[in-house]
Amino acid sequence: MARQVTTRRKLGMTAVGWIVALLIFFPILWTVLTSFKTEGTAIATPPQFLFFDWTLENYFEVQSRSNYFRHMMNSIVISVGSTLIGLIIAIPAAWAMAFSPTKRTKDILMWMLSTKMLPAVGVLVPIYLVFRDWGLLDTRTGLVIVLTMVNLPIIVWMLYTYFREIPGEILEAARMDGATLANEIVYVLTPMAIPGIASTLLLNIILAWNEAFWTLNLTASKAAPLTAFIASYSSPEGLFWAKLSAASTLAIAPILIMGWFSQRQLVRGLTFGAVK
Amino acid sequence: MKLKTIMLGACSVLALAGIAGAETLTIATVNNGDMIRMQKLAGAFTEKNPDIELEWVTLEENILRQRVTTDIATKGGQYDIMTIGTYEVPIWAKQNWLLPLDNLGADYDVDDLLPAIRGGLSIDGKLYAAPFYGESSMVMYRTDLMEKAGLDMPDAPTWDFIKEAAAKMTDKDNEVYGICLRGKAGWGENMAFLTAMSNSYGARWFDEKWMPQFDSDAWKATLNDYLDLMNNYGPPGASSNGFNENLALFQTGKCGMWIDATVAASFVTNPDESQVADKVGFALAPDKGLGKRGNWLWAWSLGVPAGTQKAEAAQKFVAWATSKEYLDLVAEKEGWANVPPGTRTSLYENPKYQEAAPFAEMTLESIKAADPNNPTVDPVPYVGVQFVAIPEFQGLDTAVGQQFSAALAGQVTAEQALMTAQQLTEREMRRGGYIK
Amino acid sequence: MATLHTRTSARLMMSPAVILLLCWMIVPLAMTLYFSFLRYNLLMPGMEEWTGFGNYTYFLTDPAFSTALVNTLVLVAGVLLITVGGGILVALLLDQPFFGQGIARLLVIAPFFVMPTVSALVWKNMLMHPVNGLFAWIARSFGFQPVDWFAELPLFSIIVIVAWQWLPFATLILLTALQSLDSEQQEAAEMDGAGVVSRFIYIVLPHLARAITVVILIQTIFLLSVFAEILVTTNGGPGIQTTTITYLVYVQALLQFDVGGASAGGIVAVILANIVAVFLIRVIGKNLDK
Repeated sequence: MARQVTTRRKLGMTAVGWIVALLIFFPILWTVLTSFKTEGTAIATPPQFLFFDWTLENYFEVQSRSNYFRHMMNSIVISVGSTLIGLIIAIPAAWAMAFSPTKRTKDILMWMLSTKMLPAVGVLVPIYLVFRDWGLLDTRTGLVIVLTMVNLPIIVWMLYTYFREIPGEILEAARMDGATLANEIVYVLTPMAIPGIASTLLLNIILAWNEAFWTLNLTASKAAPLTAFIASYSSPEGLFWAKLSAASTLAIAPILIMGWFSQRQLVRGLTFGAVK
Repeated sequence: MKLKTIMLGACSVLALAGIAGAETLTIATVNNGDMIRMQKLAGAFTEKNPDIELEWVTLEENILRQRVTTDIATKGGQYDIMTIGTYEVPIWAKQNWLLPLDNLGADYDVDDLLPAIRGGLSIDGKLYAAPFYGESSMVMYRTDLMEKAGLDMPDAPTWDFIKEAAAKMTDKDNEVYGICLRGKAGWGENMAFLTAMSNSYGARWFDEKWMPQFDSDAWKATLNDYLDLMNNYGPPGASSNGFNENLALFQTGKCGMWIDATVAASFVTNPDESQVADKVGFALAPDKGLGKRGNWLWAWSLGVPAGTQKAEAAQKFVAWATSKEYLDLVAEKEGWANVPPGTRTSLYENPKYQEAAPFAEMTLESIKAADPNNPTVDPVPYVGVQFVAIPEFQGLDTAVGQQFSAALAGQVTAEQALMTAQQLTEREMRRGGYIK
Repeated sequence: MATLHTRTSARLMMSPAVILLLCWMIVPLAMTLYFSFLRYNLLMPGMEEWTGFGNYTYFLTDPAFSTALVNTLVLVAGVLLITVGGGILVALLLDQPFFGQGIARLLVIAPFFVMPTVSALVWKNMLMHPVNGLFAWIARSFGFQPVDWFAELPLFSIIVIVAWQWLPFATLILLTALQSLDSEQQEAAEMDGAGVVSRFIYIVLPHLARAITVVILIQTIFLLSVFAEILVTTNGGPGIQTTTITYLVYVQALLQFDVGGASAGGIVAVILANIVAVFLIRVIGKNLDK
């Protein structure tokens, strides 16, 4: 009896769960489906869901217009590069803040976060001038620098919250045993912090991948990532729904696949110290 | 990976210092159909010039404008060729940001360029950008619906006729709307149309002393008639419709009439894209009997920024892309109807083009009917038909466009919109020191 | 506890991040501050002149300013409301065992990976379009007049789009927090006859407080600078109904190319953001110290 109720309940939950999940996912699903339609069927009423002539022509068209793979490579280099450099800078900082907090630690942390609130467009011209003088315009180096800076506060803060949850006694014990600072970090702290670091890494790759202001305004062609690729489709003439869908699918596919494969790692650490 | 990034950075620094080998031209262009076609056909140019490589940056119009303006004003030097419009050319040329195009080659035939277009791109007789395609605006209408309504579109209609026709063609139950016009806020969107329309109503942006004129009766009449047309006979969601949205509506048979850029003519008559390709007629933009028509003038043109180190190669490409030879190339590969229009007299004298493009004559007449140096009924201190060629204009016109778009969406009344427009224009003019 | 030695090394380790961020903040900020006192338009070189607080007066007296301020706050608050509320519900749902839970979870988090520009384009053109959009079709098939989203409910439409992108983020954090909830406590409460609602209010919600704080803090930081969605969909209109502070600065910077005005606007925005930050730290930051 009881068992039957739970099964029935589980079936009910399954229905509700899937309906909600599909609703949330629907815009993406719809985009992917549309990318395989011809421009004509893309805007047909009533809309065609599955039974239409599937075509790849939009993908060929998109590829013939711009070199997708180069944009993708740029996106990968920029997002991964900036995240790695950010981690290298942030790990010591977060470690120090978590284990030797001073009165001002909180203030520094909050100040770092507040730098993120500066509206990028207001400082575009100053940054553009600096970049021009240093020859960083349209280079991946330049973008890596900018995105490292942009995401550094979040990285520091995320790491800080993980590190704080590592019990201090373990470190004390290690220190008693005569571990040096370096040993402490490498052998004690790092293994415990790996989940946190991993999810920080993943989250920041996502954020850097989707960053669309600096990547668009500081590049021209050589270093332009996928955000620039999509900017050339935002209003071509005439019927463009299918082509737009194909370009959109291409732009989000790599990060979506990465995200799905690594979602366990992402979720495990994505707590910002919220779990207590 | 890090090393590679550093190396790449170093390389680009070297490239900036001018130690590059084979010349690579970076071309910034807008994602219009004609430009994308140019990109596809550019192989013909690089075949002939193997020492020149082309790097394309294709962007949506607004983003393109931001990018190239920031770059040229800060002398960033990221582009060797920029696609710009008739609005930018006079302002930029005055700052010496553009190189005069004096080296286009012997067979370029500058005198073949349409005088109205050439005039808009020259200062003191020197050409600062070469027109890639030129456009005006005109009425595009559905011949079948017009017939059904029992009307006959004259070649030069009046606004009153347009209203009558819109009323008779509208059939909302079947999703046919009598008239589609731009409603999306933006200086290149609804304001291009409305400013051109206001010219035919005898309105103007400024009087000779740079005082804004939105409080005039002529502007009131313009906006009221526009709102009246759109609210009664326009499609739903008109306040977010720009050129592209309307094009899609017209191509899918949902508009009876559409007053917009002449370049749209080749898209609506192209059977691959348009469901109404064989039922489209053309007429001049309407007037009000005051001597000016509601049509604009625009030319997407290729300019060479003064900061480039590859001026010679850049001019070579500009000359190629705007030459008669390029027109022939497009005609050969894609048919005469797809040739970029509105730049050369010889194209309109070509019988093959006249035959393939039913809209040719009307396009030429429309372009000829626009006069950027003398755009309005009453005299004005500015140049430009659907724009005012001053640096403040883009932001100002967009703000005004937002007001008119709000009026169309029914959120403010026409009077309120005009009053706000008047206030914010006056504020901006005072700040710019135009009104002393 | 910390010895002098560790404290020094702590400073040393913190310094790269702090110094870099300091540079990142100070250099542009100093330049911006300097420009904000100049009459400086990129399109009119050679005309630069000192103008005192002219740019600030100009920006603050912009008739759109107060509306933009309100719009910004409404946008942030609206998105927070939807994502936190919706996030709790979805998280509770995903916390229940059901068939294909893993895949459902993948589907739910997907919007987080979509670039803002892409999601704005997709929503605008394929879903909310009043003629060709899917919503319009649904409305028509039920015999209703399609809603013209961006004309009738512009700010709400943008809130929906942004909320859709951030819902997965909130859900994920809340879900992890939920999963750490002590199930024995739950069961004990159930035994005592506590209903679903009271269990939620007295056990689940307090447990989630910290996670909710984190969601609000992080999202606020990103939401204050939401911009791409507005640019793609409404251009700040109709009228000024979707104009936010960030959008106003954008108009100054990339339409007017008025570097002076944009700089002043940027400084104003920073000050406003800092007020929000102080507020957040006061009200919410405490929650984090527990």
